[in-house]
Amino acid sequence: MADAIEGHGSSLWKDAWIKLSKNRLALFGLAVLIMLILTSLLTPLIAPYGYETQNLDMGATAPSLLHWLGTDIFGRDMLTRIMYGGRVSLMVGFIATAVALVIGILWGAIAGFFGGRLDAVMMRIVDVLYALPFMIFIILLMVVFGRNILLLFLAIGAVEWLTMARIVRSQVMALRNQEFVEAANSLGLSQWTIIRRHIIPNTLGPVIVYTTLTIPSVMLLEAFLSFLGLGIQPPESSWGLLINYGVETMEEFPWLLIFPGIALSLTLFALNFLGDGLRDALDPRTSKD
Amino acid sequence: MYRFAISRLLQAIPVLLMVITVTFFLVHSAPGGPFSADKAVPPEVIKALEEQYNLNQPVWQQYLSYLGDVIQGDFGPSFKYPGRTVNELITAGLPITAELAFYAMLVALGVGITAGVGASMRPNTMQDYLPMTGAMIGICMPSFLLGPLLVLIFGIHLDWLPVSGWGDIPGDKILPSITLGTGYAAYIARLSRGGMLEVLSQDYIRTARAKGLSERLIIVKHALRGGLIPVVAFLGPAFAGLLAGSFVVETIFQIPGLGRFYVQAAFNRDYTLILGMTIFLSTLIILFNLLSDMLAIWLNPKLRQEIRGTN
Repeated sequence: MADAIEGHGSSLWKDAWIKLSKNRLALFGLAVLIMLILTSLLTPLIAPYGYETQNLDMGATAPSLLHWLGTDIFGRDMLTRIMYGGRVSLMVGFIATAVALVIGILWGAIAGFFGGRLDAVMMRIVDVLYALPFMIFIILLMVVFGRNILLLFLAIGAVEWLTMARIVRSQVMALRNQEFVEAANSLGLSQWTIIRRHIIPNTLGPVIVYTTLTIPSVMLLEAFLSFLGLGIQPPESSWGLLINYGVETMEEFPWLLIFPGIALSLTLFALNFLGDGLRDALDPRTSKD
Repeated sequence: MYRFAISRLLQAIPVLLMVITVTFFLVHSAPGGPFSADKAVPPEVIKALEEQYNLNQPVWQQYLSYLGDVIQGDFGPSFKYPGRTVNELITAGLPITAELAFYAMLVALGVGITAGVGASMRPNTMQDYLPMTGAMIGICMPSFLLGPLLVLIFGIHLDWLPVSGWGDIPGDKILPSITLGTGYAAYIARLSRGGMLEVLSQDYIRTARAKGLSERLIIVKHALRGGLIPVVAFLGPAFAGLLAGSFVVETIFQIPGLGRFYVQAAFNRDYTLILGMTIFLSTLIILFNLLSDMLAIWLNPKLRQEIRGTN
């Protein structure tokens, strides 16, 4: 608190970090996420086998010293497949979330900042879009325009921005009329300083929290579509697609289903825990204490 | 209340109109679709299509006549199944999917509310942590993973339950219902725990406790109604999710319902079927959202007053 009075503005983030570092589940989530990102970036260097490497004579084998997670029916190393699949799954998660973030923040900030009739119209559009069953629309889009990975990013991003727009708008509107913003005004701070020191940091918390929670839901959506065969197409691979293949042969070779399943579930688990932890740490109104 | 219901119902009309328009023109622009000239489909299908869509007329007239048919509840012939109409396929699949969604909802509400209310009665104890950790696992275990795992364990290894079909062998409805319901049970557990915790800290609960009412009576008579409002508000979105989930569950368990038809239509590029089913499912989802909103308002006196105030 003394920091804030003396003017060291980082106290919000310091507080948040202290809170987060006490939350073991959230730290576990953060650790898993960092490890996943590193693994995905380094996959071409550290994957035990090449992506295209196959051994038809060997076929599916159970986990062994040579192939830690076994091989699939084409004799391809499962660990390698899961690593490459994870790259695609994470990429979809991050890019589609980024698309949603950009549209949502712009839309919400404009509506919240200008208010009035523009706000009413923009938010009405969001309401109408909310009522649409998007899962069905994404499938329709994939059918009409072909199963294209870029389209998948855009379609998922176009679905997920609505909540972000609402969050940003309500934040901006609430902040405009807060006493501390008024106080900053009457102290003679410049508009830019107010935006930089008060508006942005206060909006950033909920945005970061929601972003962390959007990534797993986007990854889930991608896996869902890929599982149905309507998402990522071979030769590309993703966890959803690997699970789809795993189901086909699960009676004889259960590890082909179980390992990609664990990869997906663990990632969703970690991201959700991190999101919950961040919410407790960054969003004072919804935190438990 | 009635005026609010009617105004919300009227608001749904432009949304539905938008759904029909967007889907029609999307499908219309599809390369190789039913509306493009170069196609190799059976002559009787072409004939039926031409009758239905007046293909030699300009696009906007095709659109208007399709709109007219849809308003009368006629979705036209299937593009891939000669001699069958979209209406027939929907009528065949709907009862099965409705039954599946109903059982899944029973699982979700039964397990979810029990776990959530139980957890809220003793927060931050084992009775709270265990079900909430279970709920987190349920959320992170998507149906397309849970379903095959259940099949593997209970269907194949233990050989307790049948793993495909719907209503053919006794017990074949159990695994699909659990698969579809589990994720929603997890959400509902979290929602009801949060809602109950909030209500249990209210003054009127303290009054009830002070009167010496038993804990069971306090929960059942006083707290549940308010505490379950978040759950009721979630039912609309949950229903939309259940329909999407039925795509996966019906595919895994080979259940001949709407979801399986939709996925097959997507694969076969059965454009008229997917067009009709999109409109049909959207209508259902919009109606259910409306219903769950109305129910939430009916349960919440504060919201009811707000609405009376605005009207």
